[in-house]
Amino acid sequence: MLDETSRVTLEAFADTIVPGNRRSPQDLAVAGMSPTGGAVAAGAVELLEWDATGLTDGLDDYARSLNGHAHAHADQHGLLVDDDVPAFAGLPFEERTALVRVLTAPGHPEKSLWVLLALFCYMAYDSAAHLHTADAVAAGHPGLTAMGLARPDADGLWRFPAWSYGRPLARPRPDTTASGSPA
Amino acid sequence: MNSVEHTDVVVIGSGFGGAIPAYHLAAGGARVVVLERGPHLAADEYEHDFKLGSSYTRIFDFVVGDGMSVLGGNCVGGGSVVYFAAMPRAPRFVFERRGSIHRRMWPASITRDTLEPWYDRVAEAIPITRQGWEDVSYAGGLWAAACHHAGRTANPVPAAVDTTACVNCNWMMAGCRFDAKQSLLFNYLPAAVAHGAEIRPLHEVQSITGTGDGGYRVHYKTVHDEDYRLTTGEGSIDAKVVVLAAGSAATPVILQRSEAALGPMPHAVGRYFSGNGERLNTAVLNEDRVREVLGLDRGDGLAYAANQIGKGPTVANWDRLDGSLPEYTRYSLEQLYFPPGLGTILALAGGTDPTWFGLDKKEMLRHWRSWLIIFQMIEDDNEGVFGPPPARGNADRISQQMLGVGRLSYKPTANTLGAWALADAECKDILERDGLATVTPWTNDLVGAYTVHPLASCRIGDDPHTSALDDLHELRGHPGIFVTDGSAVPGALTVNPAMTISALAERAVPGIVRAAQERGVRVTYGAPAPDGSTAGRRATAPLVPTLLRD
Repeated sequence: MLDETSRVTLEAFADTIVPGNRRSPQDLAVAGMSPTGGAVAAGAVELLEWDATGLTDGLDDYARSLNGHAHAHADQHGLLVDDDVPAFAGLPFEERTALVRVLTAPGHPEKSLWVLLALFCYMAYDSAAHLHTADAVAAGHPGLTAMGLARPDADGLWRFPAWSYGRPLARPRPDTTASGSPA
Repeated sequence: MNSVEHTDVVVIGSGFGGAIPAYHLAAGGARVVVLERGPHLAADEYEHDFKLGSSYTRIFDFVVGDGMSVLGGNCVGGGSVVYFAAMPRAPRFVFERRGSIHRRMWPASITRDTLEPWYDRVAEAIPITRQGWEDVSYAGGLWAAACHHAGRTANPVPAAVDTTACVNCNWMMAGCRFDAKQSLLFNYLPAAVAHGAEIRPLHEVQSITGTGDGGYRVHYKTVHDEDYRLTTGEGSIDAKVVVLAAGSAATPVILQRSEAALGPMPHAVGRYFSGNGERLNTAVLNEDRVREVLGLDRGDGLAYAANQIGKGPTVANWDRLDGSLPEYTRYSLEQLYFPPGLGTILALAGGTDPTWFGLDKKEMLRHWRSWLIIFQMIEDDNEGVFGPPPARGNADRISQQMLGVGRLSYKPTANTLGAWALADAECKDILERDGLATVTPWTNDLVGAYTVHPLASCRIGDDPHTSALDDLHELRGHPGIFVTDGSAVPGALTVNPAMTISALAERAVPGIVRAAQERGVRVTYGAPAPDGSTAGRRATAPLVPTLLRD
């Protein structure tokens, strides 16, 4: 289990990737930049805590490193840091965003590590990779709901009985071969 | 293990490159063992589920490299189980490509004309539907209509899909639950098993050594059935002939790891990798303009909003597949569905940075149903090079399944970048016309470029300096080892490659049979198609003598 500092830090990172709405007025991790749930509400930390991802053992190190980068970023840009909160979560949303841009930019020595962390935060939102998809859709998962994923049939499988405009919509290339291939 | 197991032929990998030789060799009387690193799933195990540990992560691998990430099959049936089943033949000019070596990269013996009978053999074995407009998904229809509106043509794509069984669920990457996709599990593989071939899943080949008598010993580790980071044992098996078809991101790695025991590998092993020139663009459609400009309506009040519905790629624009155009300016633009969870992170919102994450990207995702993804296949420059192999397999696995870090490095040349820019501009020209959509290319800044069709990392050719295999697919300097997967294809094809990989594998079989015969294996060449059809055999019979070394 993550300690509070790590949890808040990773939630703040996830909220930078897919921003959401505050869970309470005191919510420190979620900056509240969006009216609907983001990566945190979608379950980013739950996904990261699942050892199937391969990141679980490194989460405390991730949080420590991110807070170190946040301190350096604050020093560099003359920002005030509140010592009572994890440094990354203490940054305003715009500065969190600026720092994540730096950490994930081509050429940054730690780029691949931060991209990997972002990938899972993002996957929590766009595919609910810690949940059965049918269950997530039924439960109103914030990401799948916002994206408009259709509901599956009663057996949990997707079928689309209507799929085609059903009429010719272009001319095929004149030299198309009998097998339907390019010449 | 105190006694070593023996067989006639070991086939490494059970995708197109492995299944086709396995069938013919077993049908001809050889003892065949197929070693497959992935699991063997039954149809009812193909799940509609993005949850880690479902079939969606069990049966394919996403290997991140330096400048190039590769998606590849990881199951019995290989790519045929996870692919989108588009089966076009490669255009004529592809076989004349010169590429980065400035001379013909394909063997002189292979042209579209000489390969055509082998394509026909594959088409006889794997039912391929020449789709009609009634089969084309909304997304494909939209792409066709947009192409037409822009004065261009558009073709329904031939596909190995039984359209009468397809429910247009778009879960093809997780395997087909409805037996609509005509994967190798319906043709070559069961026919191979019926003739006595043995398929061993969760056997990950690590290396090949010699047995001292001209034969080979294939060394494998057995992989845990849920957590692929773990192995459960190891073993080896001796064979007179080895058919290596582990996929373009794994075949060269196995050979690199074998070099210490087998001696030097050809220079081209692990070099000249091509991503088939692939790149994706995302269009976010303006639903009102789709109705007003293109006159499209689903009949339920929606103009489009159908990104989720369909069966992978159904329509391609092939106007640029014109042999009179200069190399690096020819490409296809194919409508494609790409599921969330792996790819959408790479789609870019318009506007200012950041464009792959943050508020604008979240807003873009809100319009996900109105996305149309266009898949470019340009002519790249075979820029990919594999570094020294990892400790095991072809990647350091990060997650229990699917995600790993490999050793492929890919730095696109000006030719490749220029071709992508041309194709990007054309996507924009077609789809942004009259306010239909906003179009952005996927970023290469996160996991590099991205291919679902890795090719050419161990390629055929006439020039020993720039090809690893001769035109019969035998590994130069290592007689009795044949490579028959996508790694043998010399370069980008400008279309989906499965049909070409399969035709080349069919064409390679007579030479493999001859090599087995020369090593004392009692095997003959001449099996019909897996279902017993014989037209393909008749049509290729006159070509067989040209595929045997005297």
